Amino acid sequence: MKRSNLLLPALLATTMLMAGAAQAKTLVYCSEGSPEGFDPAPYTAGTTFDASSKPLYNRLVEFKPGTSEVQPGLAESWEVSEDGMTYTFKLRQGVKFHTTEFFTPTRDFNADDVLFSFNRQLQSDHAFNQYTAGISWEYFNGMSMPDLLKSVEKVDDYTVRFNLSRPEAPMVANLAMDFASILSAEYGAQLEESDTKDMLNQQPIGTGPFHFVAYQKDAVIRYGSHDEYWAGKQPIDDLVFAITTDASVRQQKLLAGECHVAPYPNPADLDSLKAAENIKVEEQEGLNVGYLAYNTQVAPFDNANVRKALNKAINKQAILDAVFQGAGKAAKNPLPPTMWSYNDAVEDDSFDPEAAKAMLEAEGVKDLKMKIWAMPVQRPYNPNARRMAEVMQEDFAKVGVEVEIVSYEWGEYLDLSKDKDRDGAVLLGWTGDNGDPDNFLAVLLGCDGVGGSNRAQWCNDEFEALIQKAKIVSDKAERTKLYEEAQVVFKREAPWATIAHSVVFMPMSTKVSGYVMDPLGGHSFTNVDIAE
Amino acid sequence: MFGFLLKRFGLLIPTFLGVTLAAFSFVRILPGDPVLLMAGERGVSPERHAQLLEQFGFDRPLYVQYFDYLFSALSGDLGQSLVTKKPVWDEFFTLFPATFELSICAIIFALVIGLPIGMLAAIKRGTWFDQSLMGAALVGYSMPIFWWGLLLIILFSGTLGWTPVSGRISLLYYFPNVTGFMLVDSFLSGQKGAFSSALSHLILPTIVLGTIPLAVIARQTRSAMLEVLNEDYVRTARAKGLSAARVVGVHALRNAMIPVITTIGLQVGVLMAGAILTETIFSWPGIGKWLIDSISRRDYPSVQGGLLMIAVIIMFVNLVVDLLYGLINPRIRHKG
Repeated sequence: MKRSNLLLPALLATTMLMAGAAQAKTLVYCSEGSPEGFDPAPYTAGTTFDASSKPLYNRLVEFKPGTSEVQPGLAESWEVSEDGMTYTFKLRQGVKFHTTEFFTPTRDFNADDVLFSFNRQLQSDHAFNQYTAGISWEYFNGMSMPDLLKSVEKVDDYTVRFNLSRPEAPMVANLAMDFASILSAEYGAQLEESDTKDMLNQQPIGTGPFHFVAYQKDAVIRYGSHDEYWAGKQPIDDLVFAITTDASVRQQKLLAGECHVAPYPNPADLDSLKAAENIKVEEQEGLNVGYLAYNTQVAPFDNANVRKALNKAINKQAILDAVFQGAGKAAKNPLPPTMWSYNDAVEDDSFDPEAAKAMLEAEGVKDLKMKIWAMPVQRPYNPNARRMAEVMQEDFAKVGVEVEIVSYEWGEYLDLSKDKDRDGAVLLGWTGDNGDPDNFLAVLLGCDGVGGSNRAQWCNDEFEALIQKAKIVSDKAERTKLYEEAQVVFKREAPWATIAHSVVFMPMSTKVSGYVMDPLGGHSFTNVDIAE
Repeated sequence: MFGFLLKRFGLLIPTFLGVTLAAFSFVRILPGDPVLLMAGERGVSPERHAQLLEQFGFDRPLYVQYFDYLFSALSGDLGQSLVTKKPVWDEFFTLFPATFELSICAIIFALVIGLPIGMLAAIKRGTWFDQSLMGAALVGYSMPIFWWGLLLIILFSGTLGWTPVSGRISLLYYFPNVTGFMLVDSFLSGQKGAFSSALSHLILPTIVLGTIPLAVIARQTRSAMLEVLNEDYVRTARAKGLSAARVVGVHALRNAMIPVITTIGLQVGVLMAGAILTETIFSWPGIGKWLIDSISRRDYPSVQGGLLMIAVIIMFVNLVVDLLYGLINPRIRHKG
């Protein structure tokens, strides 16, 4: 696109400044929102993690870029005891923390930093447990770590041991999550001494590929490359997050060259972005699933054949066209295809209204009236729940089922939909936290989740036995087999109608290279380069 | 004059109490609570839910929470944001200069263009000139801000490349925040091109935010002028042989300004409402955008603190307008 900058001396000055700035390579990311803080552990939002844990910190283990598999991070290796109750990590040596205007480290990363990072979340009497009034460790709590983690122990300066209260195969994957980022104990001590503990959340220090420079609230976050980064210096010198909440404006900024990478485009803008010659659009299936959960404890939805019949009545292609506008893929399993142990051999219920009608008749279901709950908000796994419910309403009407669509305010929706006596099927979904199948199957369909996150209120002995066994077995191949089997049981019993997995698009300048899309939904600029 | 001032200040007390009550109730009438929204799909156990509500102090009776909020607000403490854990007061004043700067520019833009347009339309009443100006003002008044902003961005930033798309200054400039007003800070920084960059970033948001006040001021000036131009004293001035410019500019304008000043005062509220959308579309880091985020997260302290501060500012501006009124029109002062 040709542009004329006639009116703006500013742009002229900018060009001059760029030419004179010793060729510093700056990558500008138009982020979609402001971080809540720079300590990742108290928060749960991806926007906060993108600005904190991804550029600033490392974890003992990391997700391998582009996958949900774990690889060594600040720990070089680890061992699991035979009973699965003890995890021992050998730590990497020579890892430097950031040196900034507000902190100069006197020592390298060691076991004390690991203890500091976990004990502040685990121990209520830790000096940093309440370092800011009202702080809480929601992800740590949400992943049941207070029950699971008995203690974290320093064996020597470069060995730490995690003692668990029960075997838990997803433990290593949990430690790759953002809340498990490693902070500097030395920096903590400095802040404690100067009575400015809350700076931990405002002026962060980590071991990550970038160091914090400045944050102008709701406008700009600036990072500089960490010259002594243990995995090698970054190709870019400066990383800038330009906070731009509106998707259309992000697109305009990208087209105008004001930013190099801009996430979450409007589906309607994708064609014009793909057509622009200075833009490329990368895509990847998200690690999520959108579903319709029947209440399997209420008749006639307690009958698997009735649920199966309804599943056959749903035209998923129409939903993908009307709701996802090409940014979705039909789901047949509760796990997304990018997750290990996804069972591709499972066959989806074919769209067959006639067969659905016959099945309902065979089960003696006549003149069925039901409610479908439509979420009031847009989520990655469901961009327009109301529209989705309307498509289902039409589909179900064709097999003689009358649907009433209901909705509630989001907080209320989440709360009321947990009720075991709930009237109606609920549209909802899930985005993976740690890349472990347990995080989908146990959380969403396990017996413990009934009355909570298991919106189908479904507790099946066969399925439960499989996922419970998979939770304690540490051999991945064996776990894979168990989860594959669990998916077969799920499909047979049909507690949900699995709807779709969204496809995530990432438009960026053609100058950008080395960007790897994260199936877990994060945005990391490690090893990303930009052409001059 | 003293009685007038006393009465005006006295009126502030019930208004302030009403505003605190409205801000407090508004955010609690909205369904959903901050803990449920914070937990999202992941959910939170009933025990943890109760624990967090207790930690935030939301388990106490509403009247206790209200009086706590009221007395804290009176002592200058607006509480702490549930999300960022920072004092609401700090958050507000970090962002307020951006909104203030934009609002000032928008009102100056509206006045500089709206006043002459209104006067000209009044003088040329009934002509095609008058009708097209007033038609344009009506269009400006009816324009949805979000759509208008996007339209300008696509035209001037996207297609023509004349103005930046969004933000307050080019990201290449980096200097310490001294006053929070980008025009001032960029000037003080001494960096070449910083001031003009800040100025260029203000152009589109100013136009978008200033459009509605401009339309209102133009229409109000026109009707006030028309009324005054028919007054006896104007006819007398004309009969005395004064020039048309002097009759309109001196004799008519001063009296016509009284309702116009009221309108400008009222536009402060409109500006604050408009700032919410304008700031969102132009990624302008001001209190409008912050307030919207706080509402969607049910960040009670931020919403009630932010609304209260905005209300106090509007009350203050209206007080200033009332006082100006008294200065311009002594009859009002004496009646007061």
